[in-house]
Amino acid sequence: MQVRSIKDLEKIRRDYRKKLYYPGGIKVNIGMASCGIAAGAKASFEKALETFPQGNGTQISQTGCLGFCQEEPLVEILGNSKPRIIYRHLTEDKIPDAIEGYIQGDFNTKWILAQLRDPRSLLEDTIENPLAEVEPIEGVPFLEDIPFYNKQTKIALRNCGYIDPDSIEEYIAKGGYLAFIQSLSQMEPAEIINIVKESGLRGRGGAGFPTGIKWESCAKLDGERYVICNADEGDPGAYMDRSILEGDPHSVLEGMLIAALAIGSNQGFIYVRYEYPLAVKRLVTAIKQAEGYGLIGENIAGSDFSFKIKISTGAGAFVCGESTALMASLEGKVGRPRAKYVHTVEKGFRDKPSNLNNVETYANIPVILLKGGQWYANIGTEHSKGTKVFSLVGKVKNTGLVEVPMGISLREIVFDVGGGIPKKKTFKAVQTGGPSGGCIPEKFLDAPVDYQKLTELGSIMGSGGMIVMDHDTCMVNIARYFLEFLKNESCGQCISCREGILQMLEILTDICEGNGREGDIELLEELATMIKRFSLCGLGKTAPNSVLTTILYFREEYEAHIRDKKCPAGVCKALFHYEVDEELCNGCYLCALKCPQEAITGENKKSHIIDQEKCIKCSICYEACKFGAILIK
Amino acid sequence: MNETTLSKTNQEVDIDYMALDRIIDQEFNNDKENLIMILQVIQHEYNYLPQASLLYLSEKIGVPFSQIYGLSTFYSTFSLEPRGRHIISVCLGTACYVRGGARVWESIQEILNVSPGKTTEDMRFTLEPVRCIGCCGLGPVVKINEDIHSRISREKIEKVLDRYQ
Repeated sequence: MQVRSIKDLEKIRRDYRKKLYYPGGIKVNIGMASCGIAAGAKASFEKALETFPQGNGTQISQTGCLGFCQEEPLVEILGNSKPRIIYRHLTEDKIPDAIEGYIQGDFNTKWILAQLRDPRSLLEDTIENPLAEVEPIEGVPFLEDIPFYNKQTKIALRNCGYIDPDSIEEYIAKGGYLAFIQSLSQMEPAEIINIVKESGLRGRGGAGFPTGIKWESCAKLDGERYVICNADEGDPGAYMDRSILEGDPHSVLEGMLIAALAIGSNQGFIYVRYEYPLAVKRLVTAIKQAEGYGLIGENIAGSDFSFKIKISTGAGAFVCGESTALMASLEGKVGRPRAKYVHTVEKGFRDKPSNLNNVETYANIPVILLKGGQWYANIGTEHSKGTKVFSLVGKVKNTGLVEVPMGISLREIVFDVGGGIPKKKTFKAVQTGGPSGGCIPEKFLDAPVDYQKLTELGSIMGSGGMIVMDHDTCMVNIARYFLEFLKNESCGQCISCREGILQMLEILTDICEGNGREGDIELLEELATMIKRFSLCGLGKTAPNSVLTTILYFREEYEAHIRDKKCPAGVCKALFHYEVDEELCNGCYLCALKCPQEAITGENKKSHIIDQEKCIKCSICYEACKFGAILIK
Repeated sequence: MNETTLSKTNQEVDIDYMALDRIIDQEFNNDKENLIMILQVIQHEYNYLPQASLLYLSEKIGVPFSQIYGLSTFYSTFSLEPRGRHIISVCLGTACYVRGGARVWESIQEILNVSPGKTTEDMRFTLEPVRCIGCCGLGPVVKINEDIHSRISREKIEKVLDRYQ
């Protein structure tokens, strides 16, 4: 079937909405993004299929990621006129019982994460809540109310975890492709651009350039031009793009189609990381399906607009996330950035005008078109509109992907959504913006998250990685870690970046190994200024940020390493040792049992002793002790 | 690539030039813009990039060998040396690092007696760092071939490695 009008979309929408919300028997949705699979979702899926073969009243389906990585594998079970329940940690051993229980009306409440109050996305306000008449289960919280979800507003992630990413029909049922068909049949390119400008949407990939203005400048130019999607998500600790591509690939394709329409392009490219094979697979399926419905290809929906999309994969180079390097890589060349006297909007891929946006940016576009620019602009702060997806990871209780309105405070994200720091440890810093970002200490936790504020604090929004660190994290070591990463990823063409980062890294390594000298901090700062000033691309210009912010906010920790030869966090092995606190140790022998070096001795019920000669500082005893009796000295 | 590695690698594999030709022509239209993806397919086929295949590719597609060599060394997923039967990729991304990824990384080196980027003598494993595979919520993460193992600790890793012979 070919989609030619809004009517055609409506028909698919009606048919598949039934399947989504009112399945004939029982429907089991298993979160099958990379993270779910890593936690065992595939085994659960196979087990469920084996126990409940398709067609016998039970339908086993895959969905994308609901974002709550901590609780994976997440499985949702629903049935006609029955509550929709999300089960957590539903591994293969539990899933048959959970499904059987659901069928029998015994919901195994101990495995339940939450029940849904309303499964509609924000594009479905024209239909009734399918759960309006369903009696909820008593004593089970609603998903919308649990702390991890109640501050979230899902725009870019609207469908992730709710639809089968390999089904274009389910995407359409959730209001998909309506924005595109409307734009195609009823709007002029300038109108589309105006709505995007009005929304205030800024690039979600890192730099935060206003999307509408980028589109406008590209649309003004003559000749062939390209729409490119940057899916080279390289920041370690950020995975929202992967999740969107794996959970809702059509939202990105639709965003690109609308961009192409606005700019006047007939050819699109998606540049995906080689490390994301599942994302590539889902994109290939999605493009084929869209071609099947005539939504991608020649004369789309009977109009004179044609658009094709090609997927290219990277091959493991962080710098290829930079626009000019990405385009060089797309051309099959080594991904080295070039100077941007001429922007890629004017001369980019193949030296033609090229509009590059990030995955999350495109995923927002269809909603902005349907809800209006002003609607989107009402969310967020003065200069940062809408929502942003963050990947909340590291030393935090609830790890996962969270989409929150701009302007929310870091404290709310870490402590309310994230649930705070696990194992009764205390918060030390949160790192935003990936290797180019900075570490923000506790005193700024109440700062609102927006582009300006994070820059003022010496960090950046970046692509949205948010890595929480507790007091067991050594800030000098973390700065060293980032520099090591960047040293390996520097493309090598600017001396300042190539050699400067290496020199900074050597100084930091010395400090971590106990060979730090007076004046090292000042030398690091001097080198940092030089690298920032003389490097060509964003990688070099921001490379020293992690060192600069840790010096700014945690200078005493650098001084402890250099002057006292101590690592207060107990990470830099040359600068601390473990001791047993005689008062706190009750001689339970657990640490001695776990010690791989047999370095701990002591009589039962009496304080133990660590043989410093044998100890390799592996921290196993420190983590094992339930009484906090192993001290870092 | 020094002389010794070149001669060694040349002896070790037979290149199926007909298959190579099909890949370049039919799958990738003999198009220079697809070079990186062609290299990925070759590496997938042989587990590394044999020099002979690169020379053929250079000739066929009309890009100097020096540039193809440049690509093979610039991008971190490419290897010019034969790799093991199983590829261990230890995530050293920030989230995994903060949760102890570096300790896992060190202990695998100890267990297998292999240095980073290298292959065990019995060609069973190649150990590589990876920048981030996007499973940050479940760190530390180790990927072996296509399987992702989550929440790996020093105690767990030996058992996991045993499954790959």
